[in-house]
Order: sequence, then C-alpha cells, then structure tokens
Amino acid sequence: MSWLLFLSDLIVPLTFAAILSYAFLRRMPVYDHFITGAKEGFGTVLNIAPTIIGLMIAVGMLRASGALDLLGAFISPLTTRLGYPTEAVPLTLMRLVSSSAATGLLLDLFERYGPDSFMGRFVSIMMSSTETVFYTMSIYFMSVKITKTRHTLTGALLANFSGVMASLWLTRQLYPG
Amino acid sequence: MLNYIWGGMILLAIIVAAFTGNIPAMTSAAIDSAREAIMLCITILGVLSMWTGLLTVADKAGLVESLAKKSKPILRYLFPDLGRDHPAHEPIATNFIANILGLGWAATPSGLRAMKVLQKENRVKDTATRSMRMFMVINMSSLQLVTISVVAYRAQYNSVNPSEIIGPGLIITLATTVVAVAFCKILERFKL
Repeated sequence: MSWLLFLSDLIVPLTFAAILSYAFLRRMPVYDHFITGAKEGFGTVLNIAPTIIGLMIAVGMLRASGALDLLGAFISPLTTRLGYPTEAVPLTLMRLVSSSAATGLLLDLFERYGPDSFMGRFVSIMMSSTETVFYTMSIYFMSVKITKTRHTLTGALLANFSGVMASLWLTRQLYPG
Repeated sequence: MLNYIWGGMILLAIIVAAFTGNIPAMTSAAIDSAREAIMLCITILGVLSMWTGLLTVADKAGLVESLAKKSKPILRYLFPDLGRDHPAHEPIATNFIANILGLGWAATPSGLRAMKVLQKENRVKDTATRSMRMFMVINMSSLQLVTISVVAYRAQYNSVNPSEIIGPGLIITLATTVVAVAFCKILERFKL
C-alpha cells in the first residue's frame, strides 16, 4: 500500500512535467499562460473568501456552543457500533449538500486533531473522493426541468458512500494504530 | 439552500450556547473564526494559484480538447443509446475531463450543455433518460483526480506532508467512478 504514498509524492512534479512538455511541443508561451491562470486562481480565492468567512464563523460558533459535541454524544452509540469516527459524521453528511460548509467543518477537524492525525488523514482522503451530490443534482436536473430521475440519486449516494467507506478502510491500512 | 444551512447553523449554535452557558466562548469563537478565515484565504492563494496556473497552461495548449476527442470509445461504451457519433459526446467528454483535471469553471457550462442536448431527444420530458442517468451518476461520483484545495488546507494547518493524501484520494476517486458505472449498467440490464 505504501506505493500510494509514493504516488502522492510524484503526482505534482509529474503533472508539471507532463503539462509543460505537452505545451512546449505545441510551442505555447507557457509562462504567460501560467501567469494568466494564476491570476484567475487569485480571483477564485477572492471570490470564495466571503463564503469561507461566513461558514467558518458558523462552524466556529457551533463548535464553541457545544452543539457539535451534543450531536456527537447523541450519535456516538450508533457510530461506535458501526466503527465510524463520530466526529466525522457532520462533515460526511454536509459534504453531500454544500462544498463550502463541508470545508468549514473540515478545517475545524484539522484544528482539533491536526491534519496528520488519523482523523485528519481520513477526512482529507474522504473530501478528495466525494462530491456535493444534492447541489449538483438540483442544478443539472433543474436546468432541463427533469423531476423523475430514475434512481440517479441512489447511484450517486452509493458511489459516495463507497468513497467514504473506502477512505476509512484505506486510512486504516496506510496508518495503522 | 445555503441560506437555511448557514442561518440554521448559527441559530442552533446560539440556542445551544444559551443552555450550556457557552455564550462568551461562542462570541469569541465567531471573532476568531472570521480572522482565521482570512488568514486561510491568504495562505491558500499561493497553492491554488499555482495549480490553476498550471492547469491553464494545459487548457490553452488544447489538452482538454484532445483528450475529449480520444475518449470516443469510452463514450460509446458508457452511452450505447447515443450511437457512434452524437452531438452530446463533445460536451459530455469536456465535462468529464474538466472534472477529472479539477477545472471547475470549465466543467459546469459543458455539463449543462450536455443535459440540454440530451433533453432535446428525450421523449418524456420530465423523466431522465438512461444516458442522462449515466452522465449524472458519473459526474457526481467524484472525478477530480487531485483535490489541490485539501492539500492547501493541510499545508495551512502545518501538516508535515500535505500532499500525502493525493495518492489514496486518487485511487478511491477511480473506485467510486467504477461503482457509478456498474450501478447504471446493472440498472440498464434490468431495463430500469
């Protein structure tokens, strides 16, 4: 399994090498395009900054009020039986609904447990392999006014559920103890 | 939707805090979070701009287009109802590839275009076709191979190796897409 971590180390340099050589073969001004794109990245972050502020405030307040702990105490009998990390439940559910609210919860877990803890690694992998199902569904189907989706939601939830479970399993394999 | 989620979270926090006596702690948490959010945005600016810069080079060099052209055989397998060549192939392929590369801004317009083209030939207008279902379930199975934002957040919280989760995330992303395709193919076999 450790080849996966090796892959992690390689992927950024490999992506750089692949894209740059591909662009060079087509005689593209790579640096100019990079700068254009980086500028766009600036714009993206500035655009999402208000959302991040709003949702980090909401999550921070939920955390400090004790509401998240209450929820945890409430569901922990169930999650311990299933072997699922209790503290990750709000994030797991929110991930399906809103990407930015999920980010707020993710950062809260990073702050409490650290990104290199079991919890931190598990939720990092989970965030990378799941999608905001409900949001995407409503946008795409509403755009063409489709109301009967013929198990599309079931399929999307199944794919995401397997992603969550696979993340938990893989984190346990890679980082035992 | 986010209006209810956001407002609900804050109202819930205030109600719970009133009962648990955590009002002062909650107030300072609100202030701290706002400050922290901006610190976070400043630090992720670097990593995210690096990645969008690199992907823009790929996009301008025509990588998305050329990959979309090469994906015909896969599209024929996934969407047998569409036949060998179909006007929906192009936006579907662009949407998948933009999602795989993490080009969010290119993914949504092509995805909506794909739905529009597919809807044109749909005989029951309020019901999804098999091709739409396949397209949507794959689209929502998580396609993005490298989720650079999570790497950036990990770096901000002082991870020793922020990018160590890329490999595991990538493998599971592939696995969930296999689950998505299998689910739709099984439904198709049972004529659902």
